[in-house]
Amino acid sequence: MGNKAKSNLAIKIILLAATFVIIQLLIFLDVINDYLQATMATICINIILAVSLNLITGFTGQFSLGHAGFMSIGAYTCALITLRNPTLPGFIIGVFAGAVMAALIGGIVGLPTLRLRGDYLAIATLGMSEIIRIVFLNLDSITNGAAGLQDIPQFTNWIWLFIFTTGTVLVISNFIKSSHGRACISVREDEIAAEAMGINSTRYKVIAFIIGSFFAGIAGALYASTFNFIDPKIFGFSKSIDVLVVVVLGGLGSISGSIIAAVLLGIITTYLQAFANIQMILYSVLLIIIMIFRPQGLMGSKEVSLSIFSKLGSIIKPKKGRA
Amino acid sequence: MEQLFQQAINGISLGSIYALIALGYTMVYGIIKLINFAHSDVYMLGAYIGYVCMTKLKLGFLPSLLISMALCTLIGVLIEKIAYKPLRNATRIAVLITAIGVSLFLEYTTMAIAGANVRTYPPLTGFMNMSFEIGSVSITMMQIIIVSVTIVLMVLLQFIVKKTRIGKAMRAVSLDSDAAELMGINVNTTISFTFALGSALAGAAGIMVGNYYNSINPLMGMLPGLKAFVAAVFGGIGIIPGAMIGGYFIGIVEVLVSGYGNSMYRDGVVFAILILVLIIKPTGLLGKNTREKV
Repeated sequence: MGNKAKSNLAIKIILLAATFVIIQLLIFLDVINDYLQATMATICINIILAVSLNLITGFTGQFSLGHAGFMSIGAYTCALITLRNPTLPGFIIGVFAGAVMAALIGGIVGLPTLRLRGDYLAIATLGMSEIIRIVFLNLDSITNGAAGLQDIPQFTNWIWLFIFTTGTVLVISNFIKSSHGRACISVREDEIAAEAMGINSTRYKVIAFIIGSFFAGIAGALYASTFNFIDPKIFGFSKSIDVLVVVVLGGLGSISGSIIAAVLLGIITTYLQAFANIQMILYSVLLIIIMIFRPQGLMGSKEVSLSIFSKLGSIIKPKKGRA
Repeated sequence: MEQLFQQAINGISLGSIYALIALGYTMVYGIIKLINFAHSDVYMLGAYIGYVCMTKLKLGFLPSLLISMALCTLIGVLIEKIAYKPLRNATRIAVLITAIGVSLFLEYTTMAIAGANVRTYPPLTGFMNMSFEIGSVSITMMQIIIVSVTIVLMVLLQFIVKKTRIGKAMRAVSLDSDAAELMGINVNTTISFTFALGSALAGAAGIMVGNYYNSINPLMGMLPGLKAFVAAVFGGIGIIPGAMIGGYFIGIVEVLVSGYGNSMYRDGVVFAILILVLIIKPTGLLGKNTREKV
């Protein structure tokens, strides 16, 4: 068992490293041009957003419509720091400061509102993110109001995106496998039963919310640094909805589902660019059709695991014992 | 003081619109527990149908209002039949995403057909363009029309919900749809009827906003829809009088904040009040606290 886990880990690391090296090579050889790189950045940012929202909504069962608000905090913090200190350390400090600020606000917002249930919570978080947006809109002296911040130094590249995306996925999937994560899942399944088993449900909701906001902050910071420009409009209600769509499409409670959905949607929107005027119509029809025929999302609550590969492997070459 | 009256009048007109939209949200939520994101786009379509009636067909306000309400009813029922009915037994969040899909579909289809640019309603003529001055307070005929149409529709709605068989069925389904079905109530018809009622009200709101503010665009539903939903939650979602109170409250607060404070913070104040109300009374103003049972 221990051996198997070890070899699984080794395979995972090799797969990750291979993905990284291949894409880096393709960028180096100019097969992946600037446009595709921007698409890749969007996909990575969406993965971070979706996985972190999945922790809140999919695993802990707290329906949040305010993810864009926390993203905007990360984006503005990082942008303001890198504008004043346009160096690599400045960028790294900016990303983490953005994440910490988002987590802080997430905690402050979460403590009172997480007492609410279901749709009331959804609407309260939606209200919070709108308030955050309106504050950014009105803090003219700091955020430049509706005009937004321009010429944010660009530090993100494939390397940073890769590090932060895999980092997010690793931290959140390990959190879910920990006893704290199990507690979060039990809150989703049945709050009263969880309380009866001695789980402080409010505490775990707030923890999930803070971790989710932290990574939303990182995604925001990466967004600011990738696209050089942010304004409050970007982080409106529809951004929160976009993230929720990725999470539900992938399957609530499935991290690999979120990743697959983010990648798929990224590819679909790239292809739909060709039909610019009916792009959103096709997208919405696709969304409705997927939901009608697969309401549990692409993955349900299952994860893609390496056992698929070992199954494939055993089909291709018979096991040693039998031979 | 006079300014306060003026603001109150403006607030009540705006609040009427929010209340009409909020009623659709709250009824649908009450019956199938769905935040119907497409509702705000039915309101937008109502404005566009009214626009076509009044500019292309050269109809008067009242026939346009009725056509708009009728077509919106049809659209609302169609949306329910096509997009939501297949998901009757799915998780609520799946239906929610479908609603978002429908909302995007309506917005961008309208954009593809009518163009993304702002359209202006024809200027009001005849008695519709009158306004009354009481001291320095002015009331336009359109404001009077908005408020009176809203009141008539609300009275009608109350009558339907409280006094008719289908209204009784609506209340029964929202209380317990399984039990209602066992009592021989056709749940699907009742749900369709609820969508029809809500969409008709949204259509009325749409054409009145078109005449009141003069300009319409395919994304005009987003923010009013959001605020109308906030109004519904504020009053206690699923409760019809709650939506009315919430709508008027939000309208008046919004106008007062932009009149006396900073209009940039208008929406922020609305949301802040909402959050405060929810924290103090988590089920909204008129909502009943239900005790958890194991």
